[in-house]
Parts: sequence; structure tokens; C-alpha cells
Amino acid sequence: MALLEVRDLSVRFATDDGVVRAVDGVSYAVEAGRSLGIVGESGSGKSVSSLTILGLTRAPNATFTGQVMFEGRDLLTLSEAEMREVRGEGIAMIFQDPLSSLHPFHRIGDQLIEAVRTHHDVSKQAAADRAIEVLTLVGIPEPRARMSAYPHEFSGGMRQRTMIAMALINSPKVLIADEPTTALDVTVQAQILELIGRLQEETGTAVILITHDLGVVAEMTHEIAVMYAGRIVERAPTADLFASPQHPYTWGLLRSIPRLDASRDEQLVPIDGRPPSLINLPSGCSFHPRCAFVREAHKRVDPALEPVDGDPTHEVACLLAPQTRRELWRRLAAGEPPDRVRATVPMGDARA
Amino acid sequence: MSVAASARDENRSPGGGDVLVEVEDLVKSFPITTSYLVRRNLGEVHAVDGVSFDVRRGETFGIVGESGCGKSTTARLILRLLDPTSGAIRFEGRDIAQLPAKELKPLRREMQMIFQDPYSSLNPRRTIGSIISEPFAIHGINTGESERKRAVQDLMDRVGLNPEHYNRYPHEFSGGQRQRIGVARALALRPKLLIADEPVSALDVSIQAQILNLLRDLQRDLGLTLIFIAHDLSVVRHMCDRVAVMYLGKVVELATSEQLYGHPRMPYTGALMSAVPVADPQLAAAKKRQLLLGDVPSPTNPPKACRFHTRCWKAQEVCATQAPPLEPKDGGNLAACHFPLTDAEVAERIPSAAATR
Repeated sequence: MALLEVRDLSVRFATDDGVVRAVDGVSYAVEAGRSLGIVGESGSGKSVSSLTILGLTRAPNATFTGQVMFEGRDLLTLSEAEMREVRGEGIAMIFQDPLSSLHPFHRIGDQLIEAVRTHHDVSKQAAADRAIEVLTLVGIPEPRARMSAYPHEFSGGMRQRTMIAMALINSPKVLIADEPTTALDVTVQAQILELIGRLQEETGTAVILITHDLGVVAEMTHEIAVMYAGRIVERAPTADLFASPQHPYTWGLLRSIPRLDASRDEQLVPIDGRPPSLINLPSGCSFHPRCAFVREAHKRVDPALEPVDGDPTHEVACLLAPQTRRELWRRLAAGEPPDRVRATVPMGDARA
Repeated sequence: MSVAASARDENRSPGGGDVLVEVEDLVKSFPITTSYLVRRNLGEVHAVDGVSFDVRRGETFGIVGESGCGKSTTARLILRLLDPTSGAIRFEGRDIAQLPAKELKPLRREMQMIFQDPYSSLNPRRTIGSIISEPFAIHGINTGESERKRAVQDLMDRVGLNPEHYNRYPHEFSGGQRQRIGVARALALRPKLLIADEPVSALDVSIQAQILNLLRDLQRDLGLTLIFIAHDLSVVRHMCDRVAVMYLGKVVELATSEQLYGHPRMPYTGALMSAVPVADPQLAAAKKRQLLLGDVPSPTNPPKACRFHTRCWKAQEVCATQAPPLEPKDGGNLAACHFPLTDAEVAERIPSAAATR
């Protein structure tokens, strides 16, 4: 059984402009010792779904449906006091911006000690020892002396290490990292990713890694879910997703970023348009206004997430026929521009 | 002519060797002062410390490095938005490093900038038309109303904005469209030099390609010279003919994109490239990542001699005592290194370099 399982989760926020469907029927699961990558752009619902796991989106204007199962309990039904028990000890989170996630007026050591004593009835000294232990683990030099430092005295990389230390201090079973390296330079990013990967191997923690960077998930995860407009549009083991991506949005992500291992003359293929408003989602497939391979029927029919060629581990929500998708991606991956591919590949009839 | 200059002539870009901007031994120090009442000088940060390079007419010249390496300061110095402490900046052969402010105004027509953040670099209370036409007002060109409107709408069309949106406000546009507005404003005076400082890092991934393609097309169609500054190595490689790598205020390597990314010589360049995550699980698994330890040292008190020696896996004693000059190495790269990387070391540590060859 999965350690953490999100079942058909929907999150809506009522606003003056209308109801925002931030997350719309999302399901995913992660096992101990495994890592799941959630990829998407801003507004895709990737952060809201993970914040909801920890009960951090509870607000008067928010409504939830579905379940978040963790250790036999549905986290959505827990009281705030019960949730506090889960946070940090059961499931911990690393946020994107370490400067605003650490309290600027409190010493690093005190913040770590508080994190321990929230969950365990131990002496200050024992908590301090544990804090020094995790600071050492995440590679902070001279951890004992650094306990009395304030966050502003740390560099960006050290602050993010401190955040990771705080997340790990109670040995959580699940670690959610939301864009953990986006604010960091590449060499520091490499250090942090290596650290998360190594800790995961050593402690068997399950990791959910949320990012917009396909490179990061390629190196770090076993499985990837691609989110668009509040839904998962493709889900696959990492190797499969890169070897045979199925959704036109995934193709767009793969073809729109320059890569160090591709030819320099390669023309980037941007995804036209921009992400849709979550208040007024497009009819039919919500990607259809930006899709280069849209058919009339796609504007009416909303595709469900279905297995690709009967493979239960690889699912896609797309109305194009599987053989058409294969041919389209073969041509796109070879570097052909979408216009020419669209003009020359017989699109067949949509299944709907 | 210095050794460096002659080596530069050897790896000419396709655009030819006509130099538009020449930067020589450029230095910018910022004083560190106490904040209250009596200003006492506590020392200096050498943000840019003896940087030299040429930018040729019609090429895209990249400057890449981590935060605090001095790449943005260098850009601001070239535009004279900051005053250099010492050194020369020659624009079309004329040294502009010490020009007084009033003589700079005509020069501003020749060089323009695109900023990183399209949200804070556009005045929210003004229409797009008025934002893009402001350079005309400042420089007293296209003064007639209809003339100005036509010029602005041409520019909007050029950068892929709908000219009918002339009277809209910035908040009505998405991030990518706002960055197009910034590009249109920068192009208004038909500059010879365009400096783009992290032009896509604030944009969503699917939008970045739109702006990168636009800049590439404009550069080609208008014969612009572009200085492109970014921390993202893949983006710089995609855009630039030649690239300078900066570390702690110094240029540590300079080469054509092909050479730099296929055959880096400076271990720091190698480490940067090795650190970039590759969107290919097989390559990623094959990679032996060259991890750098620790953080970039403080620029207030940078390491002596070679500034990278404290984090370099190839460093030896001489690296801490003698600063290596920026000089030609195997393959024509200019690199400041006593022990440059060999191709075998590159192949072992940076699979992406091998994949591109």
C-alpha cells in the first residue's frame, strides 16, 4: 500500500471574480523510498495540491473534495490540532524561498530546537544535540557555532540546507520539496539535489518534488506527473516519460527549453498562448487553445486520464489516437517544426 | 596587441571582426560603509575587477556566472548606468568610461537594455503606447502625434504584440507580453547595442522560448549586437556566439559557444556545466557530477591569486600564489588557469559536452 495517497482531490477557492478551480480531480501516490516529481507551470495546481496535503490551504473560502490518505487516515478530515501532529513528524515540507521561511529574529539553533520540542518531550540539550546532528548531516560547516547565527548571516545555499535540516529533524516519512532549488545558483542547486537524493537513500523517506524544471525531475525522481490547469495530464515512470512522452503539453515543455546536450541550431518551439484562467477553464480539453494538434471534437470533449497501450503505469489525458501521438512525437523529436508535422501527419479521427 | 587580443582575432565570429564595444581592464569597487551618522569606510567590494573583452558588431555575446560574479555590474558599466572606478569602455572606438553625464545622452540612443523583471520595469499607470514612445519624447524624435503612434505600432507589430492594444495598461498583459513591451521600448531608438540582463528568468518555461526566439530573430533581422547575460547555461549556449564566464569579478574563460560547451578548459566552467540537470534520465545516470563544495567566497575578501583555487579540484600550490593570466589554451579558448581541463577529463565529467560534439 502506498505511504501517501491523494485520491481524486479537488480544491476550489471562492473569490469575488468567481470560483478558482485550483486542483481538479488529482490522484497520485508515493511509496516509502520512492520519489515522485510533479511538473507544471505557475497556476497548474502543483503547489496547491501539496499544500493541501499538509492542510495549509484551509481557509474560509476553500472547499475540498476527495481524500488524502496517510497511515490509514484521511488528512482532509483531521482537526487543526491533529494536523499539527502530522506536520513535521509525518510529512515535512521544504519551501522555495528559505529566507522568508525562516524567522529572521530567532537564532537558527532556537528554531531547530523548537521544531524538535514541538513533537517530542525532550530536554533543550537533547534537542540541541539533535539539531547539531542534522546540521552536520546537511553539510553546514561548524554546526555547533552556527547554532547561534541568525538566518541573515547565512548564504542562500546554507539557508536552504537549514530548511532541509528543519524538515528532516523529526525523521518524517514523507518529504515534500516545493521548488527547493529555484532560488539557487546551479552549483548550489547541484549540492542541494545531491543532498536530498542521498538522504532519501539513507533514510528511506518518500519524496515529492515539485518543480518546473524537467532536468531536475529527470535526475531526481522515479515517477513524474505533469500538471496543467489543475489536472494531471500525463503520468509515467521517469524513463518512460522522457522516452515516449504522450501529451502535446509534455512535448511542448520538452521542446521549448534549450538543452546542453542538443544541437545549438535547434529551433526552440514555444507553446503558443498562455496558461488559462482557472476561473474560466476552456471547454473540452483545457489545453486545446494552446495545442498545435487540436481537432474540432477536442473543444467539446474533456479527456480522462487513461492508460497508454494498456500500460497502467503510463497514463495520459489526450484525445489524439495513440498511433497518431506516436508518429507526431517521432517527428517532433527529430526536430521538425509543429506546423509541418501537423500538415503532413494524418491525424486520423479523434476517438471521441 | 596583447596575446589575448591576437588569440581573440583567431576565433572570429561569423559576423567578422569589427569591434563595437571594447572593454579593457574594467574595475568597479563599491565602498562598504557604516550606516549611521558618521560614514566610516570599512573596505571595498570589488564587484568587477579587471575585466577585458571585445564585443563584435552583429554578434551575440554572452556573460554567464553565478549570483555575485559581477555580470550585471559589467552590463551597467558598459551602459554607464554606473561609473567605473577605472578602466576603459570603448564604444565604436571612443572611450566612454569617463564621459560626463550630459555627453552621455546622445550615446544612450545607441545602447539600450532589456530588464529581468517585466513586472517592475514597466510603469503601471501608463499605457503601453506611452511607455514605448517615451524614448521618442526624451530624444525629441517622431514628435508628431500620428507619426509617433505609427512608429509605436510598427514596433509593437515587430515584437509580436497586437498594435490595437496601444492604449492598454501593463496589468492587462501576461509576463511574456510584458517582456515584449520591454523589448519594443528598447528597440524604439534603433540602438546598435542591446543588453539583455536575465531577460527570461522571470518567465514561465513555456513562455521563455517565445522571448528567446524573438530576440534571436530581431538580432538577425536588424543586425543588432546583443550582450546576453544569464545564469542559465543552456539558454546562454542557445543564444550566444561567444561566451565569457565570470567568477568573483573576473573573466575566467572566454570562447566561442562550440568551444566553451564542447571543450571547457577552466575547471570552474566544467563544474558549472556538470551541475546543470539534464532532461534525459539516461545521460543523467551516466553522469559523474563534478560537485563544487561550499559557497562562492565573499567578494569583499576574495581568495588570493586564482580566485577559484579554494573550490577547485585541480588546484595546486601555485594557484594560491600566482594569479593565472587569461590566455589561449588548447582549442583557442581563453582561460585563466594553471591546470586547464583536458578533453579526457571533460568527457568523463560532462556527458552533455560529449553529446554535443
